[in-house]
Amino acid sequence: MTTKPNNTHPKYVDYLRKLKQEKRLIKYCQIAIFIGFFLLWEVSSQLNWIDPLIFSSPSRVLQLLYRYLLDGSLWFHMRITIFETLAGFLIGTIAGILLAFMLWYSRRFSAIIDPYLVVFNALPKVALGPIIIVALGPGYGSIITMGAIICVIVSALVVYSGFDEVDPNYLKVLTSFGSTKWQNFKEVVLPGSLPTIISTFKVNVGLSWVGVIVGEFLVASKGLGYLIVYGFQVFNFTLVLYSLVVIAFLAAIMYQGVAYFEKWLLKKLS
Amino acid sequence: MSYLKLKDISHYYFNEKHCTHALDHISLSIEEGSFTSLLGPSGCGKTTLLSIIAQLLQPTEGDLLLAGQPLIEQKNLIGYMLQQDYLFPWKTIIDNVCIGPKIRGELNEANLNKAKSLLAKVGLDHVASKYPEQLSGGMRQRAALARTLMTDPTILLLDEPFSALDFQTKLDLEVFMIEMLTTYQKTSILVTHDIGEAIAMSDHIYLMKTNPGAIHLHIKVPDQVRKLSPIEARKHPLYHELFDQIWKEMHTLDNQTK
Ligand SMILES: Nc1ncnc2c1ncn2[C@@H]1O[C@H](COP(=O)(O)OP(=O)(O)OP(=O)(O)O)[C@@H](O)[C@H]1O
Ligand SMILES: [Mg+2]
Repeated sequence: MTTKPNNTHPKYVDYLRKLKQEKRLIKYCQIAIFIGFFLLWEVSSQLNWIDPLIFSSPSRVLQLLYRYLLDGSLWFHMRITIFETLAGFLIGTIAGILLAFMLWYSRRFSAIIDPYLVVFNALPKVALGPIIIVALGPGYGSIITMGAIICVIVSALVVYSGFDEVDPNYLKVLTSFGSTKWQNFKEVVLPGSLPTIISTFKVNVGLSWVGVIVGEFLVASKGLGYLIVYGFQVFNFTLVLYSLVVIAFLAAIMYQGVAYFEKWLLKKLS
Repeated sequence: MSYLKLKDISHYYFNEKHCTHALDHISLSIEEGSFTSLLGPSGCGKTTLLSIIAQLLQPTEGDLLLAGQPLIEQKNLIGYMLQQDYLFPWKTIIDNVCIGPKIRGELNEANLNKAKSLLAKVGLDHVASKYPEQLSGGMRQRAALARTLMTDPTILLLDEPFSALDFQTKLDLEVFMIEMLTTYQKTSILVTHDIGEAIAMSDHIYLMKTNPGAIHLHIKVPDQVRKLSPIEARKHPLYHELFDQIWKEMHTLDNQTK
């Protein structure tokens, strides 16, 4: 800490203590809600307040989790879905940035393509699912494409607007030194809009999950999305809820990971 | 002997709804090593004129000659400093200063040493590896000057480089600038709103009028004032005389356009 002893005040200690108390209170409340929720779920299932066949119960989900952890099926399905999501996220994001670059590079291209982007952006991408599957066959390819296509246009538009917002006077400075358009991009436009680019990462991770899970609903014979559909079909709702819990857990971790990555990158840049 | 010559420059901005007449038949000739100021109300086309000289903008009509040759055929002789410093916030000071050579693919040991010695000249060698945001406004503007001087321009264009600074810093920087420009024998063109700054720094002042932008008056600053430093010049009686003259002139211009 950079606080030197000469700028402390007796009340500052007090203030710090209150701050800590407040933080602790918030933590406790969060934990209480977490435990309370699962407890209520368990109890109401045990006492038949809710139909245990449909809503299962935490203990049953936990048992299933334990069993699948041991026989390796948890890891098997998880691995596939994580792979598809990451691939969809990376492809979608990179393609989006490339598209944004093309939009920025050629005003004419951006003017020509504009109405198509608007329409495609407004289109609910999951509706393309069946077409993608017919075109690419039922497999990883289709599912990853779903995960990518759902975030590519949005990220292109957001990143492009970031490119556009870079102060033109920075470009003037470079142009007065005789820079090329590519140099303008590399030296000014890209570093100037990195915060915007990075902020699309977080959004895209969430979107890729949607695309991949829907893709798995439609075609897969493995993966967490498949387990949900399968559980639904055989009326095994413990399996459905188990998959849901795993997905929630993974999505949260991935989101946090990207958030950390964002912080790290921004810190490194500044 | 005129060094930079503008012949009948006119400029129009085109867009779908308007055709804005920004400059009307501007002819100027500027001597080598002299300091010229363009003084005029907002919107009279000062920035447009500088952009044309810097070749960021192609004039609709007219020619630019440098030492008798068309300017277009002579690359990289012009340095441009903008109203704010526009140092790249993601680059250190030394990297900012080296951007010109980098763009031209001439980033080598010699240029790096040159950048260091320029930074020392502008009194910033101790902050070379800091980022612009860690510097004060005056320091940033000096870094921007070093960046502009890095590529050895023969002509320096200054678009209100002091307007974002407080008065004290501005005076210091004026003095500093004049010293640097005299040492490096630069031909300079300064755009400003500030009558005092124009008189204190220049050899020649061009008063511009607006709608469309044109040269209204050419004023030669008397030798007695010219020789003095910007601070000393402000104390000279002739400075005040000239100030009044220009002020009245601008006032009548203002009333004419209303
Ligand atoms: N890109 C542009 N498109 C259309 N009109 C423009 C453009 N840039 C400038 N103008 C117009 O040209 C005229 C001259 O503008 P310019 O920026 O050169 O004025 P200025 O003297 O530098 O003003 P200021 O003192 O406010 O900086 C103004 O009427 C302005 O509206
Ligand atoms: Mg201007």
